[in-house]
Formats: sequence, structure tokens, C-alpha cells
Amino acid sequence: MNDGDSPPSLSGSDLLPPPPLPPRRIVSSGGGGGGGGGGEAHLQVAPAQSKPTTAVTSIDISTLSFPDGSRGTFSTSGGGSGSGSGHGTPPNHRVSSDLAADSMSVMSFAATLRPPGDLASLITGEFNRKSPAWMLLRSQSASVPPFQGVRLDRVNGLAGFEREFDDIPEPAAQGAANDDGVRVALWKSKMKHYMILSSAGKPIYSRHGDLGLINSSMGVVQTIISFYEGAKDPLLGFTAGDARFVIATEGPLYFVAISRLGESDSQLRSQLDALYMQILSTLTLPTLKNIFIHRPSTDLRKPLEGTESLLSSLADSFTMGSPSALLGALECLRLRKSQRHSINNAFLKMRSDKLLYGLIVAGGKLVSVIRPRKHSLHPSDLQLIFNMLFESGGIKSGGGENWIPLCLPAFNNSGYLYMYVSFFDTDNPENPSSTEPPPPPPPIQEQPPPPGSLDDNDDQIAIILISPDKESFYDLKDMRDKVAQQLTKTGSLAIIHAAAKLGRPQVSSIAPGAQISHFLYKSRANVQFCMPSLEPAFGGGGHGPEKLVARRKLMSLYHQLHASMHARHSHLKVLHCVGEDAASLAWITPVFEFYCVAGPNISRAVMTQGANKIIQWAKREEERLFIIGGGVF
Amino acid sequence: MADLANAPKPSSSVKLVLLGEAAVGKSSLVLRFVNNDFQENKEPTIGAAFLTQKCNLPTRTIKFEIWDTAGQERFASLAPMYYRNAQAALVVYDLTKPASLVKAKHWVAELQRQASPGIVIALVGNKLDLTNDESTSTATTASAENSSEGGAESNGADDSGDARKVSTDEAKTYADEEGLLFFETSAKTGHNVTEVFTAIANAIPETSLKSARGGAGGGGAGGGGNAAHGAGRSEEQRVNLNGPRDPNAKEGCAC
Repeated sequence: MNDGDSPPSLSGSDLLPPPPLPPRRIVSSGGGGGGGGGGEAHLQVAPAQSKPTTAVTSIDISTLSFPDGSRGTFSTSGGGSGSGSGHGTPPNHRVSSDLAADSMSVMSFAATLRPPGDLASLITGEFNRKSPAWMLLRSQSASVPPFQGVRLDRVNGLAGFEREFDDIPEPAAQGAANDDGVRVALWKSKMKHYMILSSAGKPIYSRHGDLGLINSSMGVVQTIISFYEGAKDPLLGFTAGDARFVIATEGPLYFVAISRLGESDSQLRSQLDALYMQILSTLTLPTLKNIFIHRPSTDLRKPLEGTESLLSSLADSFTMGSPSALLGALECLRLRKSQRHSINNAFLKMRSDKLLYGLIVAGGKLVSVIRPRKHSLHPSDLQLIFNMLFESGGIKSGGGENWIPLCLPAFNNSGYLYMYVSFFDTDNPENPSSTEPPPPPPPIQEQPPPPGSLDDNDDQIAIILISPDKESFYDLKDMRDKVAQQLTKTGSLAIIHAAAKLGRPQVSSIAPGAQISHFLYKSRANVQFCMPSLEPAFGGGGHGPEKLVARRKLMSLYHQLHASMHARHSHLKVLHCVGEDAASLAWITPVFEFYCVAGPNISRAVMTQGANKIIQWAKREEERLFIIGGGVF
Repeated sequence: MADLANAPKPSSSVKLVLLGEAAVGKSSLVLRFVNNDFQENKEPTIGAAFLTQKCNLPTRTIKFEIWDTAGQERFASLAPMYYRNAQAALVVYDLTKPASLVKAKHWVAELQRQASPGIVIALVGNKLDLTNDESTSTATTASAENSSEGGAESNGADDSGDARKVSTDEAKTYADEEGLLFFETSAKTGHNVTEVFTAIANAIPETSLKSARGGAGGGGAGGGGNAAHGAGRSEEQRVNLNGPRDPNAKEGCAC
């Protein structure tokens, strides 16, 4: 029992200058803390609780210390009080989606051993560094990075995640009898599946396994879905064992996501929606409808032929964890305002008459956008374009320039636009012309890069010009050459190169001294986000499986935070979670969404301080981090 | 303008389009020709890719402007855009897939019906590395007559590990009937690839180069823009000079 150990409280103004996070009014450290609620719901403390609560925000949330030392966080929406006390959850309990859908919105996870919190600073001296006692103490120190325990692989269910993207081997020629058994077991061991089938039951796409292997599973899925369809009560999702099934029906198509990675239903649903958008982008909605009106039993694989790799790279980026998809936002290349301005101007100046949208993108990060005043670009459309260009190899590997008909469903799902794409020659930034002299052979790719790579040093620069006119290739090519010439002349291309090569900044350079390991900051008005480098905390020591797993752990945590913050009826503003292996904080205001992760022993006060530093940095750097408005014509 | 003796050889642009069923190796042929590179399991082309490569002939330089189109059915309606004004076409089939030759014949028919008259068409059977006649395949050039390879080979091929399903004779006979150039190639090994393009370059009549350049020049203007060497490019550059004026004028309006 650590009764006296009320959380190193935000309200304790004598210890630290009260950090501005979270926004709050009157905070009474001893009482219910709901006093200043100003018309909003009031805090209701479960009568069984003997310990006082500490308000985090007086309006929306408060934290309880339980007698056993764990803590629970409540939303104060009415009706939550009864269930609230029941949710002091054990360490490493995952936020399961059914809980999130409950009126109970959020809980926090406490380590069984209370972290020493601010006391950690007392023992960070140089002396006794190597004594066993020190080592013991060190495990309690606030500077322990997140996700250190090896055994957590098992706990988090990420064992084998490094093999998630391996192909299931082709059946052996005259395979042994158990060959199929092995392959099915391999298929079942995947943690994430996406399937697309027609309502007539024809398989269209599956991320893993050839359709022969999983045909029967597809049949079962179709039967289950259509049973509920028949009952006019469409099936949205169900849980089997540790796997969550989510189903989305889009006209004649069924989309199924099966996940053991702990994403929420709405997150999985938005992933399925992205796959649907990819299909629309290939076919357009009227075409898709027509196909099935005339022949409901059509095999859609034929019309979609060649786009499997796009669907797979999209699916894999979700499985790896994509901050962009999670937040529904884009990332920009950090540039000085004046530099971006001059790029925009060069771009606008050379604009072709035929142009609808113009983009310059470096390694999946937006550098510059020009667009007509009355049309804006939708992030989900850009996600499809970026996926095509940077995640799947089809465009990059071919060399040369590309002319691609595609539908941008969020812009207009009924027709095609035509997209001119050309990559600037990375080896030779001074001579961006890819047409003359012929570029040197690109480095041979030993292996396809991991999907959804978040590598910091991906510095390929592409120019994307979109027109509604299918005959405008030469106009746009001409424009591209002029823009390239101009950017080279003014040195902007070199600046873009340098910025792309530099990669994302490390947290330590953004907020020195803050013990935050990683964060996501989304500017809601601009629908853009920024994040620091995954190194060093989540690099896992270079490439390979460790990196994959470390990154997925981080992204799973973000997904949990995001799900808690966005759970229906939760209306949360701030959420602080402490788990056995990491502490995390989420904060949403009308201006931004902020998520950050730190070691498990960091005190809440230190964490909020760090968060504040980062948010101030983002505010200060806003015009560098984000494209505000872009070039408009 | 330029002296033939001292100045660089006259160079002219030739628009070339690649057509054929999906996954027969069109992009791989181009990649081999342009970059001398090969990628296993190359991902499908989306839409079309535009590449350029020079081909040096004894008397002149041909600059190929290559349209590498996607083979999927849904892109077929865009094909006219690419073969319009093309002076050459490479129709590719996979010699391990008979259906792809059928598709190739369709493309040839369409080209003969719709493309510019006088277009040089080459029929190319790709993936020769999958057959086991590669040792003898040096004879399988444009003019070679492989009488030894009978039609029976397509049936009896499997037991010898030979994946060939389209005999050289069958394709060659068809090519002769239609007046096409014919090659069997391997983009993987590079066998015969350059030869295809050289043969096309040679087959394009001098006269069509002059007239066609005017036609293609309007569209292809500014292809290299800044490189600009040789008298042959002066014409394109002149077009280029007109270019920047338009956007400037536009900008004036917008402000």
C-alpha cells in the first residue's frame, strides 16, 4: 500500500513550476476535482474508493490511485462511475476494442512496482555506476528507455512478427502430403490478414497465401458475412481467440481485416477503406458498379490485374504501423519558410495550362504543393499516390518518366486523372534531367526494401503533375523540365536533397533534456503531422527484424492511445498511461493531436514537461514543419 | 547547317511503342536496352513509362523515345494515344505462353489498321532464357531460319525442361506474312535485345525520319532541354524557347 504516494501530482505546485499541460481550471488535489466543470459533466467518484482522486483535467478526466497502488483514469461522462472502479487494469492489459466501445473510455496501466519518479534524478550521478546495486537501481530509473524487456515479445504477442512479411512458399511440385498443412500453418501464423471478396463469394485479393490455399477460408468468411446480410443485420466484426475480425461492405465487395495486433475496430475499418480506395483508384466507382450490375459473378481479379502489389504494399504499411494512416495526415519535409516559398514560386511560375495539381515529394514527405484555388488535395488520395510511388516498386524501378491514369476517389470517384511522375536523379542532383544523358543504371536492389519503410534517409525526390487531360503528357513533361532547371539553378533542389538526407530530427535535438523517446504531432488544421527519428530508441540497432519489431511495438502503443482518445463518447482531452514497459501520453486540443512515449519510470510531471517543450517547438517551427496553404493558382 | 564529315552525326528522334500482353517482359526489354539492367520479379508497369535511349548507326544517330505501355486489359483503351504518330512498334509475346502470341497478333492487326502507315513493326518473342535452345540460339536472329525446330517441339518440350510453347517457325512464318521484323530475345541474359532496336533503327526509312520529326517534335520538344548539343537539336530548342513565355504570361494574368 502506498497510500501516501499520490501520483507526483500535476497540482503539486511546490515541487515544480506547474506545466501548462493540461489546460485546466481549478484543481483541488484532495477532492473530486470536478469543481470547475463549467457545465460539463461532473466527476463522480465511485463510493468504494477510499483514496482521493487527482484531477488531470477538471473537466474531462481524472485519475484515481487505488489501494493496491495501481491507478485508474476515468472520463467523467455520466454513467461511467459505476464501471470506473472496476477498471484498474493489470499491467500490460491491452485496450481491447470491446472495452473501448463501452461507456468506459479509458484506463491507465500501472506497473506493479511504483516507479521512483522524480527520485530518479538523485541517482543519476556518475558514482557507483557499475555496482550491482546500481544496476538494480538503474532498472528503476526514469531514464530506462521504453520496451526494454526481452520477454515482452511474448507478452505483447509480437513473437514472429519479423517473419510477418515473408512469403508463403509455393507448393512443392509434387508436394508431400503434409506440404499443404505446413503452408496453412504458416498462413495461420500471420498476425494480420486482409481479404477482399465479392458478395457472390469470388475471392479477389488476400494478402497472404495464394487463393488456392485459402479458398476454403474465403468460403467460410463469405458464408458468415452473407448469413448476416441475409438477416438485414450486417456483420461488422467479431473476435475469435486473440484475433479481431472486422468486416466492411462496400457495394458488391466485402473487405475483411483479421488482426492480432490489437488495433481498434475503427482503425481496422479505415485500413479497409484505404484498400477500397485503392480499388476505386484503379477502376473508378461507375466502372466497378457496372461490372457487377451486368455480371454479379465477375472475377474482379482480371480488371485489377497488376495492382496486387499496390494493395499489398498498402496492407503492409498498415501492418508495420503507419503514423500517416493512423492519423489520417501527411508528413512534410522540414524546410525553411523562405526555401519552401521559393520552391512554390518556381513551381507556380512554370505551371502548365493543363495542370490540376502539382507536387514535389521527397521520400514520401511532401515538399511543395500547388493547386487551384477551388480544389484541395485529400490526404487519402495522396496516401494512394505515395504508396504507388514510394512503397511499391512498380514506378521507381522502371526508370524514366511515367504517365499513369488514376482515379483519386476523394477528389472525384467517377473519372480518371492523368499523373505525370518523374524521379530526380538522386546520384546526380546537379543534372536532374533524366532524359539526357541516359541515367546510369540504378543500383541493383538485392531485396525489395521492407514495405512501409520509415527510413529516415529515403531521399528520392519525385515530381508529380496531375492533369485531367490524358493528352497532356508532353505539356507536363515540358513543365517538369523547366521546373527542374529552375530548381537546379536556384539551388533549391540541393536544399531538398540535403533536407531529405538529413532525415527526421532526434527528440534530443528538439527538446533537449526531455526524456521522451518518440512522439507524433498532428496539426489538425493542416491535416499534417510530424515525428522525430525512430533512432535511437526504436532503431533496434540498425535494420532487420529487431527494427521491425521495435517499430511495431511503438506503433501498437500509438494505436492504443489513439483508439482510447477517439473511442466513441470518450471526449478525452488528455490521457496518461503507464505500463510495465513504457509510459505514454496523449493530448488533444482543437489545434493539435499529440502522442508521446517514454520509458516506464518517467514521472508524469517530467513527461508533461517534455511534451510541452515539444509542442512549443512544433508551434515555433510550424511553418517549417507543415505546408500551410501551399501554392494556389 | 552541320557538316556531315566533322560535326556530330545527324540525329533524329524516333517514337517507338511497346505493346503486348501483361508480363511478357516489355519493361524488362526496355530496361535492358536503356540501362543494361535486369530485375527479377519486376512489378507491373502502371499506365505507361517514357524512356529515351540513343542508338548509333554508321551514318546517323537515332534517339528512341520509347513508350513502354502496361499490358493489362484495362489500359488497352489508352494504347492509341501511344502508337499514334509512332514510327516503330515492338510487339512482344512470351514464347512460353501461346496466348500471348494471339494477343500480339491482335496488336499487330490494330497497328496495321490504325497506326501511321509505314510504321515499322517488330515481333519479339521474349524469355528465350526459359528454353533450352539457348546454346543454339545464336542462329535465332532476324534472318535465321531454324528449320531444325519443328512445330512438334511445342508439345514435346516439357520433358526436356524446355518451357517453350511457341515454336520459332510458327512465329517467324507469321512475321514474314505480315512483313514484320522478327526476333527471339532474352531480357534476362540480354540476348538479341540491342539487335532488335538496331534493326528497327535501320529499318526506318530516311525520308520518314525527316517528316516524322516535325510531327513528333511538337510533342517531344524539350526532351532534354538543357543538354543541347549538335545541330540536330536546334529545332527542338527553338520550340523550347517559346515554352517559357507562356507560363510567364500566365503568371502575369494570375497576379
